[in-house]
Amino acid sequence: MTLKRASLRSPLGQARGLGSAKEGVHHWWAQRVTAVALVPLSIWLVATLVRLSNTGYAGFVSWFSNPIHVTVMILLLGVSFHHAQLGVQVVVEDYIPGHGPRIVVNMLVNFVCYALAALSIVSILIVAFKG
Amino acid sequence: MVQFTVPKDSQVKPGKTHAAPAGAKNTRTFKVYRYDPDEGGNPRLDSYDIDIDTCGPMVLDALLKIKDEVDQTLTLRRSCREGICGSCSMNIDGRNTLACLKPIEECKGDVKVYPLPHMPVIKDLVPDLTHVYAQYTSIEPWLKSDTPPPPNAERKQSPEERAKLDGLWECILCFCCSTSCPSYWWNGDRYLGPAILLQASRWINDSRDEATGERLDNLEDPFRLYRCHTIMNCTQTCPKGLNPAKAIADIKTKMVERQG
Repeated sequence: MTLKRASLRSPLGQARGLGSAKEGVHHWWAQRVTAVALVPLSIWLVATLVRLSNTGYAGFVSWFSNPIHVTVMILLLGVSFHHAQLGVQVVVEDYIPGHGPRIVVNMLVNFVCYALAALSIVSILIVAFKG
Repeated sequence: MVQFTVPKDSQVKPGKTHAAPAGAKNTRTFKVYRYDPDEGGNPRLDSYDIDIDTCGPMVLDALLKIKDEVDQTLTLRRSCREGICGSCSMNIDGRNTLACLKPIEECKGDVKVYPLPHMPVIKDLVPDLTHVYAQYTSIEPWLKSDTPPPPNAERKQSPEERAKLDGLWECILCFCCSTSCPSYWWNGDRYLGPAILLQASRWINDSRDEATGERLDNLEDPFRLYRCHTIMNCTQTCPKGLNPAKAIADIKTKMVERQG
């Protein structure tokens, strides 16, 4: 890489930039909390799928007649999409240069994740209540 | 900024070949990155066949032999030649390390020597460290205390408090770690990188310092601190055997700890 001095601002001024955002810990911690929550939830999902693998649609409808199963499934979906949104946001911040493009892509990621979360939760409720 | 390919003007071309002196029986080939901004053009990889029987054991010895006996235009930083000053950090045999601590016999095949990765190059093996030094200044690496020191006495520290600085104070600022970190390659303009965060941790963990909260405030930032994704290249490459990834994890833990 060759030397490119695009700015005459002092090196310290450039390093300090706009200063600390004074946030980031909540995002980081939420990623850890959702990851930990997903461990039992994912095990529960796999166990459920194995158990219901030969029961067909009727088996799933019957399974979701239990409010605890519906609740755990909704938690799994909500936490999964929240975790996905947090993770993809980090990838976007890593790889998409420029404040403007980053904001736009992150906004789209938010929209898609929360729309998919709402859609999947509503689908589960329809199966649970209407069969 | 992320770059998946080397820019055209940074692509390394084959360079000159310097044969070993007549009569040399035991030779090793050193392929050394060369770039001179005054000459312009692309960087090149020069090849030097060195008589190992008349050379010291370390890669730095071979580089100095090249500079003294073969090609005086070769430019590199070095000072202490014993792993204390951190000047001769470079990429040898595919890994960032100190040339003075890297035995030639540990290198496989031809010994490839490049400057620290993803830094602007001033000349040959000398990277421009202006930005990373400015980042070091930005964490204010000195003791900050409102309480005046006891008259005619030092600020005291228990052995346990002093032990918290072990694994931190030994850093020699060679920047092998920061320049091995993909996060620092992509976002080094804002991410402080492992070397600077390890130094920040050194002051955060100093029991005599009274600005711990202020230091954490200045680090709490999606880019300054949280670009670390525990890739661990830093810990793997540190020529002093330190663990910057652990120091960064410690800062992140303290960030959570002060929340409640």
